[in-house]
This record gives sequence, structure tokens and C-alpha cells, in this order.
Amino acid sequence: MAEQMNVIYERPRSWANKVTHYCPGCTHGIAHRLIAELVDEMGLLDKTIGVWPVGCSVLGYEYFSFDSVEAAHGRAPAMATGIKVTNPDNFVFAYQGDGDIASIGMAEIVHAAARGWPITVIFINNGNYGMTGGQMAPTTLLGQKTTTSPLGRTSQTNGFPIRVAEMLAQLDGPAYIARVSLDSPANIRKAKSAMRKAFNAQVRGIGFSLVECLSTCPTNWRLTPVESMERVRKEVMPYFPLGEFKVAPGVL
Amino acid sequence: MSDKVLMKGAEALAEGAIQAGCRYYFGYPITPQNETPEYMSRRLPEVGGRFVQAESEVASINMVYGAACAGVRVMTSSSSPGISLMQEGISYISGSNVPCVIMNAMRGGPGLGNIAPAQADYFQAVKGGGNGDYRRIVLAPSSIQEGVDLLVDAFELADKYRMVVMIIVDGLIAQMMEPVEFKTRIDVSTLKTPEWATVGRHGRDHANVITSLTLDAAGLEQWNLKLQAKYAQVERTESRIEEYQMDDADYAIIAYGTMARIAKTTVRIARAKGVKLGLLRPITVWPFPAKQIQAYVGKLKGTLTVELAYRQLFEDVRLALCDKMPLGWYGRGGGVVPGPQEILGAFEEQFGKGR
Amino acid sequence: MEYNVVIAGFGGQGVMLIGELLAHAGMDEGKEVTWLPSYGPEQRGGTANCAVVVADEPIASPILTEPQAAIVFNRQSFDKFEPVLAKGGLLVLDSTLIDRKSSRVDLDLVYIPATDIAMELGNSKFTNMVLLGAYLGKVNPISMASLHGALSVFLTGKKAALIEVNKRALQAGVDFVNKE
Repeated sequence: MAEQMNVIYERPRSWANKVTHYCPGCTHGIAHRLIAELVDEMGLLDKTIGVWPVGCSVLGYEYFSFDSVEAAHGRAPAMATGIKVTNPDNFVFAYQGDGDIASIGMAEIVHAAARGWPITVIFINNGNYGMTGGQMAPTTLLGQKTTTSPLGRTSQTNGFPIRVAEMLAQLDGPAYIARVSLDSPANIRKAKSAMRKAFNAQVRGIGFSLVECLSTCPTNWRLTPVESMERVRKEVMPYFPLGEFKVAPGVL
Repeated sequence: MSDKVLMKGAEALAEGAIQAGCRYYFGYPITPQNETPEYMSRRLPEVGGRFVQAESEVASINMVYGAACAGVRVMTSSSSPGISLMQEGISYISGSNVPCVIMNAMRGGPGLGNIAPAQADYFQAVKGGGNGDYRRIVLAPSSIQEGVDLLVDAFELADKYRMVVMIIVDGLIAQMMEPVEFKTRIDVSTLKTPEWATVGRHGRDHANVITSLTLDAAGLEQWNLKLQAKYAQVERTESRIEEYQMDDADYAIIAYGTMARIAKTTVRIARAKGVKLGLLRPITVWPFPAKQIQAYVGKLKGTLTVELAYRQLFEDVRLALCDKMPLGWYGRGGGVVPGPQEILGAFEEQFGKGR
Repeated sequence: MEYNVVIAGFGGQGVMLIGELLAHAGMDEGKEVTWLPSYGPEQRGGTANCAVVVADEPIASPILTEPQAAIVFNRQSFDKFEPVLAKGGLLVLDSTLIDRKSSRVDLDLVYIPATDIAMELGNSKFTNMVLLGAYLGKVNPISMASLHGALSVFLTGKKAALIEVNKRALQAGVDFVNKE
């Protein structure tokens, strides 16, 4: 019987044969896996350049077998723009965290979106600065305790969390903007579908695309992996609703 | 009639970059070099290149970084405060070993300062600016023609050493018009994509990765040692100086860029009065032409360093000459440009009538 | 030999253009030339000026702190450059628009009703050429023939029709100075 078995799961060709450094229960690995699967399925391995951020995924380039560059904190969209403009037929994506995209790199992401050039951004929203030890991020929820909001974030002192997807969807440049969650198999399947649309928006030359992924950070949240997934559903999703905020004609 | 055209410096330097094979430019407006991005926005599309107006100098330099990773000839230009904003990117580009060219039309500082000609970014250009142990090749033309000629060298050197090459001029060279001739045209179809470039694998058997990150200390030290070896080679082979009226000189003015062209007239005036004055003009301020200057130890009775800054160039002169001869200094700041007579006055004050 | 001149007036009066013409003509004669405009906030508020140097030797600085000559188109420019002109310098000014006289006794002063003369030639737009002609009637950094050559570089296409009247305006400036 063995010789008649079908392969239903395997290591993507785009995945370098390496074990990641991510914490147990962290969803970076899931987002990485989805990228690798899509690059394979869409036949993009030979023309992909990944632009990696400063943050927990700073070593992201270690885990893929396509070309990669490492950007300065927040500058991935600018760097991706520079790469894309030299070789418009290549597939260029930037991978960004919440501090990267919504704090230090706010100008770069807004203008990349406004230019609308076909590059793709995968944005990991886990509500804190994971790599530096769990400090408050622009996406930290009100009341959430972090190492720099030890009594919980208050709007008086720290302002309000920023909804990046909704904000960028106000611009005319983007072709596709969605928020997904990586908390459950069903949502992961939806996330992959959104990422496929985002990749397609670039491949078909329609325009800028971004997928915000609600993610976990069990270590800094001081929760178990399972509790972290529950927290995403109970606390994060009400403030950061899932959905597609912009779908230009032709995006499939 | 010659092939000379009358062009504004900021435009001539842009055209010079295009002639040198530059096809990508990213920039943000700042006086006194706005004519460079304006010119690039008109010309680059005509030659199959791309111009992008970035949202800031921070974005400009990171777009340059991205394009540099693709192995193309790319540049940006700015003026002092904008160059300050680029320091992060310059450090990353240097740490990643990719080439690019940056032009700084220096203006009066610190802070917003003004838009008049200055050389107060010397330290920033040759000593540091961004974080980490890195160097740039810094070229300092003293006329528009020389700037245009040096741009060809700038792109060649950047590619050869995979380094940031900076051209430092000032508002004067950027804003004035002088006759200029474009002598060299690089055929970009002859430029090959380097094997390290991140342009997609397209059949390559491995992925290219460009990063300035090495978490392992021993590994980063090894990387630094490689960079240092490269810088040492550049120091050995690439320093340049112009020696003007130095054959029989008793004294020398040391100056670069705009200051040097003015000092040349000082030399002519002094010579007419019988003073054996010459000019040592660093064309590369990094690598600093220390050896060429040291060759005059024992031959000169003294040097007068002249700059549009306060003892910045002078620091390198002092490192080169130590106490081997009397070292005079004269400088003006804030965008004030001294004339040839004023410099001669400073020389006579510090060295007497020089006879 | 080095000639230098500051040319100053309102934007739109052709101030920068006659500076460029001078520099271009100098270049065509194989001379060293520089042309330096005012730039930045200084050029806001409508005034504009440029400094031109034509020389046999390489030019040290295009900045003129004590210009040998000034061609001024309006009162503001007159007030600005009259005090800084070198001793014995030449000041050419449009007396149609500038009612003040110079208080300096060491200058070579040319009060020329340049706008009136230009109007007689058909258009006040030729005022700049009349003033440039008056300057060239006094000093000869370049030949008139070279300047005519430069004119044909700048005035091309439809504007080529204006070359002759510009030449007449230049000559009117020269004639005014010679009659004085």
C-alpha cells in the first residue's frame, strides 16, 4: 500500500531545511510556512526577494531558500521599493512586525501604500515588541501590561492602539488589504487565502498589498500557547476585527 | 567650438552620474541641491532609468540600499541635514558590503543652519556619522568639471570595493554655472549584474542573502576584519592629491573643494609678491593623502590649513604631520567664504611675509 | 584679466538671462566663466540676482563680495549693491524705475532710462538688453559678436525672430553710453 500513498504534506521547496528559533506557540512559524507554501504553489521561488525586518523575525532570511535582504528597523517598505524598481518582474515582499510597521516605520509603510507599487507586506501584529523583551507597541491594547506599561496601557499616557489595515485602506494606492488571524486551523486557511490574493495583487501588477496577521507572543504575554490563541480570539479580535478592507478589481 | 556646455553644478553632476552609468536615483528635496533630483526626474526616464521622490531622506537611503542590493548603479543626493538623516542607511549599506554613491552639497550648520557653502560635514563624511567601524571613500571636487569627472571614478570605485562613495561639494559648486564637458560615457549594457546581487535565484543553486547582521561575536569580528582589510587596501591605493606650485615651495596651503580653488588664487597672488607658496589639495579626503603630504616634511617651513569649518580638515593634517613642521590654520564658518586676499592675510599673520 | 558683475532686479525682468548670456559668450571665447545665482529664501519676495565672472585665469570664487560692477533693475537692488561695489566700480541702473541718485562719489555711474528706451523699441521686456548694452559700452569682458552668438543659442524656435530686436536693444544701450 505504501507506494500508493499520496503526499498531502511536505517541506516546501522554498523552506530552507532549518529549525526556527521562535518560541513554542509563537505564530511566526505559521506565517513563514504560509509564505513558503505560496511561493512554491505560485512558482515564485526563482524570482522572490524577501525583505526582513528588525524584530523577532530578523533572522527570517535563514529559513527560506529564495534571495533575501535584511532591512533597518521600519525601513523594509523603502528597501523593498528600491529592489522592486530595479527588477519590476521580480516578486518582492516585506515582512514586518508591529513596532517596525506602525511605530518607527510608519512613514515608510504609509508612503509605500500610497505609491501603490506592487509590493507585498506581511505584517505580524502580536501587540508588543517581542525581541526586545515585551515592551509596549503601537498595537498594544488598552489595559494590556507590558514591560514599559507595567500598570497597563492607558489612553491618557500612551494613546490608542493603531489599526494599520483600516488606516492604510483609506489610501487610494493599495490593491488589497486584509486582516487575518493565525489562531486556529480555520483561520490559518483563511489567512493563506488572503495571502494568496495579496501575492496575486503583485504578480498581476495590480498594486500594493498587505496582510495583517493577528499573532501570539506567549513568552511575553506570560501565557501558554493555548491561552495565547484564546487571548487572540477573546481580547485582540474585538479591537482588531478580521476581514478584507480593500479589494481592487482583478485581485483573486 | 569645444564640446563644453554651460551648466549649473547640481545639474551637471546629475548628468555626470548618468554618464557614469547611474540609472536609479532616490531623493528628497533640500536646498542647495534641488536641481539634482529635478534633473534626474527629467533625464532618467529618457535613458531607461527610474527616479523616485522618497518620503524622506531616511526612506531615500533605504531605497538606495534596496537598489544597491540588486547590483545596479544607484545614487542619492542631499544636503547636510538630509545627510544626517541618512547615516543609519549608510551604516547598513557599509555593513552589508554593497555599493552606492551619495552626493552631499554641504551647507552651514549645525542644525538647520543655512544654505550657504560650508565644509562643516567633514568629520561626518570622513570619520563616521553612522554606527560601527566603517569607512566611505570621500571625493572632494573643487570645480564642476572635476565633479563630473570624479563621478565616473565614484561609481567605478563603489563597484570595485563594494563601498559607499561620497562626493562632497557645497552650495557654491551646486548652484553656480561653469563650462563643463562630459568626456566619459559608460555603456550600461556592459555592466554585469554581480554574482552576489539579490535579483532572484533564476536558476542559481543557492539563495543570495544581504545583511549587516551577524549575531555571533566572533563571526562579526571576522566580518569586520574583512572590511578593515578592504579599507586598508583603499588607503594604500586610492588616495589622491593635487600638488600645485609645490616644486620649489617653502610653504603650502592645505585645502580641498571650494576652499582650494580660492586658495589657488592666493598662491598666485603670493607668488607674484615673491612668496614661494604652494597648494596641497586633497582630492580624496578619505583616504586622506597623508603620505603625499608627509613627503614634504623637511622641505616645507610650514603649512596653513584653510577650510570652511573649524579645525576638521586640520585634525587630519595634524595626524599626518604631527609636530614635523609649524601648522597654521584658518577657517570661516556658518557659510562665510573668505576670498584669496583674506587667506593671504591669514598666512602672513601666522608665517610673516614668508620670505 | 578678470571682469565681474552683479546683475540684480525683479524676477521676470530677465536678470538671470543676461548673466547667462555673458557667461555663455565668455565660454565661447574660451575664457573661464562662472555664473552664480541667489538661491533659497533670498530669491523669494520677487528679487533675483546673479554674479558673473569672466576671466583669463581659473576663477577662485564665484562669490562677489566687492563686485567691480553692478547692473541694477530696481530700487531694492540699488540699495543692496550700491554700498558693496568696489572703489571706482561701475554702476549701471535703470533710471526709469529708480528715482534715487547714488551718494557715492567714487563710482562710475550710468543712469540710463532703460525701460523708456525699451518701450521705444516696442516692449519693456528688452530693458535687460538695453542695460547689458550700457554695461558692455563701458567694459569689454567679451566681444559684442560673442554676445550675438550667445543670443542665437538662447533664442531658438519661435523666439529666434526676437534676435534682431534684442541686438538693437543692446546697441541702444551701447549708444547711450557713448553719447554720454
